[in-house]
Amino acid sequence: MDRVTIDAAGMHYTPLNRAIRKAVAEGAGEIVLENVLGQRFIADGIRGEVSIIIHGVPGGDLGMFMSGPTCTVYGNCDHAPGNTMDSGSIIIHGSAGDAVAHSMRGGRVFVRDDIGYRGGIHMKQYREKRPVLVVGGSPRAFLGEYMAGGLILAIRRNAGGPLRERGIGSGIHGGRIIIRGDVHEQFLGVGTRKSPLSSEGREELAPLIRDYSAFFGIDDPDPLIGDSYVEITPASSRPFASKYAWE
Amino acid sequence: MTIGSVPVRFRIAVDHDQCMLCGRCVENCPYDVFRKDDGRIFVNSRKCVACHRCIAMCPRDAISIRERPVDYRSHPLWTPEVREAIYNQARTGRIILAGMGNALPYPVIFDRLVLDACQVTNPSIDPLREPMELRTYIGKKPGKLEFSGEGEETSLLTELTPNLQLETPIMIGHMSYGAISLNAQLSLARAVTMAGTFMGTGEGGLHESLHPYQDRIIVQVASGRFGVNIDYLERGAAIEIKIGQGAKPGIGGHLPGEKVCADVSCTRMIPEGSDAISPAPHHDIYSIEDLKQLVRALKEAIEWKKPVFVKIAAVHNAAAIAAGIARSGADAVVVDGFRGGTGAAPRVFRDHVGIPVEAAIASVDAKLRSQGIRNEVSIIASGGIRESADVAKIIALGADAVYIGTAALVAMGCRVCGTCYRGLCPWGIATQRPDLVARLEPDTASANVANLIHAWTLELSELMGAAGINSIESLRGNRDRLRGYLLDEGIMKVLDVKPVGA
Repeated sequence: MDRVTIDAAGMHYTPLNRAIRKAVAEGAGEIVLENVLGQRFIADGIRGEVSIIIHGVPGGDLGMFMSGPTCTVYGNCDHAPGNTMDSGSIIIHGSAGDAVAHSMRGGRVFVRDDIGYRGGIHMKQYREKRPVLVVGGSPRAFLGEYMAGGLILAIRRNAGGPLRERGIGSGIHGGRIIIRGDVHEQFLGVGTRKSPLSSEGREELAPLIRDYSAFFGIDDPDPLIGDSYVEITPASSRPFASKYAWE
Repeated sequence: MTIGSVPVRFRIAVDHDQCMLCGRCVENCPYDVFRKDDGRIFVNSRKCVACHRCIAMCPRDAISIRERPVDYRSHPLWTPEVREAIYNQARTGRIILAGMGNALPYPVIFDRLVLDACQVTNPSIDPLREPMELRTYIGKKPGKLEFSGEGEETSLLTELTPNLQLETPIMIGHMSYGAISLNAQLSLARAVTMAGTFMGTGEGGLHESLHPYQDRIIVQVASGRFGVNIDYLERGAAIEIKIGQGAKPGIGGHLPGEKVCADVSCTRMIPEGSDAISPAPHHDIYSIEDLKQLVRALKEAIEWKKPVFVKIAAVHNAAAIAAGIARSGADAVVVDGFRGGTGAAPRVFRDHVGIPVEAAIASVDAKLRSQGIRNEVSIIASGGIRESADVAKIIALGADAVYIGTAALVAMGCRVCGTCYRGLCPWGIATQRPDLVARLEPDTASANVANLIHAWTLELSELMGAAGINSIESLRGNRDRLRGYLLDEGIMKVLDVKPVGA
């Protein structure tokens, strides 16, 4: 497979994406972007099986509407990587900003460290498309708000004690949020239900932690897999049903 | 029985001398008003919504419907509607949902504006013998053009941005598959293709049977991002970001799970039977800068090949918001007035939030001109456009084109009963029930809608000709062709029109 290297230093995002599209069209298997510094929309709407390696700090909306590619970022990400993403993967060797995986419809986002507010907001699933967001560090408030489908896993590797972030899963009406450790009721959003990890959840968690460990160099994933988790699911798939009466 | 029954809204009477017991009323009414028993038609008036399907189908004109056959004690403040809303909420403790547009009797500004015509000087133009230019381009216009070379060698240096070419300034607004049926969308798609104009998908995805018409379809991206993927974005002729809707400014939308059938689930890309919740804001837009980012994300995804519109509800500071939108890189701003229709909206929003489209368009146009950025965006007016005169007036107030919604549905049989939210539309429009959807025949319905657009376009060219105007561009923002009739001074100042006689 052909490998193409693009030096993004000082480049605007439109010519950068044009160069990426051109490389994909010419059959590149791996595209390496060097010196990325704040360019937004990298891999926006790109299709195909290509692997995109990003060195530096990409700007917002990395992989938006992306369908198929794998983006590996050696650095931190700005807000909303994986925004409305369709399929493919984003693997971030660092932290990311707010609204990570916003409205994501399929594929997987792995963040080695922390993410900002509203992570996984309004993720949704359909048939074989089931988005997954794995956060190695800590998420901030409003994780999984309005969530309609898919899976969020917060591993919280260096966390001590329960997750203390507000509005977890507010308005969730589909999908599942799995959090290592615990979350006190007062931090849960409206319409959520907290329970110990189900056997189904445990089954799903193990391969994700193994993948996470493989991506980010953890030798033994078993202690993480065997640890204690809670899962947040919707109290109802119709959270607003009792709010309205017909005229 | 503290409250007891409220009076029936409608009273149905069957003229049994005329009735031939054909039973069409029984077959046609999805609300189960009619029953045939023992050689006679019986009615349950309480179930009637005045959709007029029975009236339209009765071969003998044997059915009549009377509204509010039981009077409340009349009172100008405590109207029957107000009283019944209280009974409803006293029983349920809930927010009242209602359909169609604003139902309060606010004065209609359109009906207080009159158009001009030529007399003696500046003779009027006969569209029969003179060309009338109704073609409209939606999108950015360059502030200046730069050329290189001279004479034969001259070439344009300025990079032009993509525009939509409309053969008439009348488009059909966004009504989603889910809110309306597939046959309804298909009829509208064929109609706009015939008329050389465009329609919107709403936030319901693009069903594959609409793909043959995709060059005439504007695809919508709203806060729920339903049905949005790169394929969808690439298919549309343009993309519209929906920020708000005139019928319910400031709030999101909920398509109830019962309306999410197999096909609707497929275009929205969500599981069958689940609620489709579009939150109030886009979670990636908390400012004009964020809007700019979404506009550019969409343009980048489709390689800057198509225009991107932004739709807002007409609210108090619409003009300032539109000025921000014009700077976001968007190609058009859609301003949806407070009379805009909807399948379902909280009654309190439908009736009380937002401002009339006439005032909003005039102020948006004035603001953009005053800032020297009117060429950066086209202005599309929607919400309560009922006839060609409204189109002429709103263009004279500054719009480039209009979206119609309810009017197009009326052209397919809708009687404006406002019961869209029940999902039982007997005209096959606002329903997903297969037997009801099958009633709407796309061949006929599309011809009806195309006829309506054609007729309005003819009337528009006559109105323009009478005013001595032969191009839609000369009507746009041409407030001198309008006069206010019994409008107050404040409104006339906002509209920038003179009173009649002045």
